[in-house]
Amino acid sequence: MTLASLTIPAPLTRPRSGLASRLHDVVVLTRRNLVHIMREPMQLSDVTVQPVLFTLLFVYVLGSGVAIAGGSYAKFAIAGLLLLNLTTSAMGTSVGLATDLSTGAITRFRTLPMWSAAVLVGRTFADLLSAIVCVVMVALAGLVVGWRPEAGALSVLAGFGVALLFSYALSWACACLGIVSKGPESGASVGLVVLFPLAIVSNALVPTQGMPSWLRLVADWNPVSSVASAVRHLLGNPNPSASIHDWPMQHPVVAALGWSALLLVIFAPLAVHLFRRRTTG
Amino acid sequence: MNDTLMIEAHGLTKNYRSVKALSGIDLAVEAGSILAVLGPNGAGKTTALRILTTLALPDSGRATVAGFDVVKEAATVRRHIGVTAQDATLDELLTGRQNLVMVGELSGLRRSQAKARAVELLERFELADAADRVLKTYSGGMRRRLDLAAGLTTRPPVLFLDEPTTGLDPASRLNVWAVIRNLVADGLTLLLTTQYLDEADNLADRIVVIDHGLVIAEGSAQELKTAIGGATLEVTLTEAHEGAVAALSRFIEGSVHTSHDGRRLRGPVRSGSGLATMVVRALDDAGVLVDDVEVHQPSLDDVFFALTGHGSNGTEGAATPAPELEGALR
Repeated sequence: MTLASLTIPAPLTRPRSGLASRLHDVVVLTRRNLVHIMREPMQLSDVTVQPVLFTLLFVYVLGSGVAIAGGSYAKFAIAGLLLLNLTTSAMGTSVGLATDLSTGAITRFRTLPMWSAAVLVGRTFADLLSAIVCVVMVALAGLVVGWRPEAGALSVLAGFGVALLFSYALSWACACLGIVSKGPESGASVGLVVLFPLAIVSNALVPTQGMPSWLRLVADWNPVSSVASAVRHLLGNPNPSASIHDWPMQHPVVAALGWSALLLVIFAPLAVHLFRRRTTG
Repeated sequence: MNDTLMIEAHGLTKNYRSVKALSGIDLAVEAGSILAVLGPNGAGKTTALRILTTLALPDSGRATVAGFDVVKEAATVRRHIGVTAQDATLDELLTGRQNLVMVGELSGLRRSQAKARAVELLERFELADAADRVLKTYSGGMRRRLDLAAGLTTRPPVLFLDEPTTGLDPASRLNVWAVIRNLVADGLTLLLTTQYLDEADNLADRIVVIDHGLVIAEGSAQELKTAIGGATLEVTLTEAHEGAVAALSRFIEGSVHTSHDGRRLRGPVRSGSGLATMVVRALDDAGVLVDDVEVHQPSLDDVFFALTGHGSNGTEGAATPAPELEGALR
């Protein structure tokens, strides 16, 4: 008697391979993360309450002391606030993954015949959807405080698209942090330590011209500055950095796309590698 | 190599940094049977299970499940197994039904198929009423049943259960046992780990006892009990007495274990008629006052004690093991 000759009922599953089944797994896990958000809507405060609060605070408090050539602070600041909010909320990816890893939900997934990287892709997709909410909230708050896009609709959409692409790429870097972190809390604090300076040491909230020269060099080469400049350019808003001679400030859209591509190329494979290593003892 | 083995492992070793988790384990489980892997915490049970379920890679050795190599054909192995492990939990924020549908979909079932299977399983595990409640609200026993249901989503031919009743109250435990017995009636092959001897005794066709990453005994519950020989004599004295051990030594085959306060003595005996009477008389002759005499047939606890020199939870301290048993049982 051999195994094949025994009447062992065949399992219900089929062999799983190919793009279709991978996409299927991604959709299932993205949906799972969205159900999480519906069950605990406070998870969304990073992309709803915070953008509105930041917009009001920065425009009315900071804006009263910063003069922008060629327009109001509100018109200058919305692209920057978009970046500030998207950058800090990218932490959600690392917290979400660290939480999943700490509960053992991922161990369960690892015993299933699924595409293991779907856990990461599903997480970043869900976070991309909340980033879209974030963009909408910043734009609405911006309209209230006097911001107006001054370019064609396509260009404006492209501007938001560039910001979202960067935020998506950044969420893969945060995925790496989440995987190597010890738990949700440390995932959050590491995120804060890295992401907050990244967002602030840039042209997002103030023009870099007033910074000491060394800080200004850092800020002008900061990916966040490139993306903020690119968004300002595409929205037709005042962009003081356009007069800076550093390459990224002269070619902000190319630089923004380049930085995003670079982040994705480095951190997406790294995240998959770290994830496999962490979940295979 | 035996062709009817659903689970087969040869010489599995695994180190975590400097800690030896497994030092060369062999396992063999016939199709349609239950193997219990029995051992105290840290014996290597969970590591063995993790390797067999593709969650960990062995440092050396090889293993097949349903005929597929757990390292080289991990993806195929995953299609043939169900796993219920303590560290592989379901999703707290989803309902019972959503959890089962998700597991089904991630195993390659179509959504409609996964939904139908979820209904079936919720019914079978008496969770239909709680199907649409979020998992957070489930009791421990309900969770464990849902975990089992999740492991069975694809009707796998092989099921792995890691300490299926640890932490459950007695009633839930009996409930889970009943569920497990039914599963095997369906023709499933099952490997379970446990630190409860009565669980292994109750459920398993064969038992493998492991300690410090090694198989130290193997057989049916009956074989293990037979191998350890006769009964155990346990005497409780009114107060500790120097002459007690000497008085008992002619009944006890091997050494007498004495408790810390010197009042309880135990050791293996060959049971025979009038044994208790003779024991009491011998102790009386030695001037020892006796509160209680018990002769009990060996339990798996005794087997474990004899094999490892410590109880199943390692609390009995280092007594004399019975090394001659190891050879007899292997």
